[in-house]
Amino acid sequence: MARAPDPDRDRHGWKWLLSAPALVVLVLAASGPLLIVAVYSFLSPGNMGGVAWEPSLEGWFKVFFSRDIFDPENVSWNTANLTVFWRTVWLSIQTTLICAVLGFPTAWFIATRPPHRRALWLFLITIPFWTNLLIRTFAIQELIRGTGMLNTVLLALHVIDEPLQLLYSNFAILLGMAYVFLPLMVLPLYAAMDKLDFRLVEAGYDLYASRWRVLWHVILPLVKPGFVAGSILVFIPSIGAYVTPRVLGGGRTMMLGNLIALQFGQGRNWPLGAALAMLLLILVTVALVVYLRAVNAEDEEKRHG
Amino acid sequence: MARAYDVRRLPGFGAIALLTFVLLYLPILVLVVFSFNAGSSQSEWDGFSLQWYAAAFANQQVQDVSIRSLWLAAVAAGVATALAVPAALATTRVSRFPGQTMIYALINQPLMVPEIVTGIALLICVAWVKVNTGYTGMGYLVAAHTAFCIPFAYLPIRARLETLDPTLERAASDLYASPVQAFRFITLPLLVPGIAAGFMLGFVISLDTVVITEFVKSAGQDTLPTYMLGQLRRIITPEMNAIATLFLALSLVFVTAFFLITRKRG
Repeated sequence: MARAPDPDRDRHGWKWLLSAPALVVLVLAASGPLLIVAVYSFLSPGNMGGVAWEPSLEGWFKVFFSRDIFDPENVSWNTANLTVFWRTVWLSIQTTLICAVLGFPTAWFIATRPPHRRALWLFLITIPFWTNLLIRTFAIQELIRGTGMLNTVLLALHVIDEPLQLLYSNFAILLGMAYVFLPLMVLPLYAAMDKLDFRLVEAGYDLYASRWRVLWHVILPLVKPGFVAGSILVFIPSIGAYVTPRVLGGGRTMMLGNLIALQFGQGRNWPLGAALAMLLLILVTVALVVYLRAVNAEDEEKRHG
Repeated sequence: MARAYDVRRLPGFGAIALLTFVLLYLPILVLVVFSFNAGSSQSEWDGFSLQWYAAAFANQQVQDVSIRSLWLAAVAAGVATALAVPAALATTRVSRFPGQTMIYALINQPLMVPEIVTGIALLICVAWVKVNTGYTGMGYLVAAHTAFCIPFAYLPIRARLETLDPTLERAASDLYASPVQAFRFITLPLLVPGIAAGFMLGFVISLDTVVITEFVKSAGQDTLPTYMLGQLRRIITPEMNAIATLFLALSLVFVTAFFLITRKRG
């Protein structure tokens, strides 16, 4: 249908006027700078950080490839960067899985409490969610460091003979991320279970299904939207993580966020850093698109089914 | 009557759930407990003492960064809330209008983009503005935090607006109230819980923001989180636990208040 001239056109002016102050701040201090990052990724690095205003694809090139110092024509894969990309994606997937495995029973537990108690259990999940991520990461660091509580207890129980070196490893990052992002999985799962029609579960049992079959064929399909939402809410901050890998991974076990920061610090290669940041944005966008598609497919199914 | 078969029960789920709650709170609990340790160990208890709190309060740098953090959070959350109220009024309970989706996208954008990307984007812009104006004050941090707080302030205000009964405002106009009067005496008072919730959420978010601050701050503009991040590389004494515990307590007060305010609505 062709759009008729909007009779209310002049009546929409006030809406823009009222939104304008917020939008100006957002464009100046949030959206606008992102466009500048995109531009910077196509410039040449300056001598002391910053950029030289000469167009170049070298920043994007260095994201994936590296050149031999003595023979610039000799190009190979940038294995250091590729290792970081792989670690970032793999740790994020693992984090999402751990959160799902722990989060599902937890959300189920809350959803099956008597209604007046649910708010309290939910509040207990929400408190860590709103407390500072840095402090929670710090708590994990203290717990698993060489002289920390975990090692002290394990030594006292004679489970181990010498302290485990857990800090500054992939495992430490994984533990930290699963710990700080777990509430993001529980909350949407609970929201989905809260709407669950338990008569369907009962019907399953009436038809002689085992608990396992009911869980797999009735409950899981019904709470799938919660799973999808929770997974995206955990996965997105995981691939963009900076604080947790910095504190728990140390200097060598980097994730993409740390690699980006490095280019604006010691690396002094702003175009490469900008290109890496764009790559991270693309990863996040892909994850969001996959999520939106899943949600839309779900809606379609409901409409036709 | 005995219940033969509880359809809500799934074997083992309760145990995993309780384990999850323990895992969620144990690290924080250990952190808090050892802030009261008389010794400097994080794993061996040497008796109760408040010495690390005394040390934290006496530490001039901790005082400076704490005051800066609170000031920044109050200003950023205040400005963000003041900007979010008109934006929420313009986009809630109204007929669809061209550009509405774009306004939503702009407002929610800080929630989608990883903080590290926003951080380096602002670093680039701030570096450019600094070179051209020579200004090195707190303005950059205020602008960055305000933009980041806007979606968090906007959401509770919008949620509150959606529950307001439009007939109340219509009644006001029937009684010859001007739009401004109707807003001042009807909408605004009803909106106060949403505004308070939005401010508190913004305050907590600004207080927690570490990555953006890390990249935007100039020399001598450390906030409490960036100060802590810097300290974590060194040998840590329970003074850090004491600071973290106080920080946790402050967040807890705000989160609890936020819950009480938003719950009354229901």
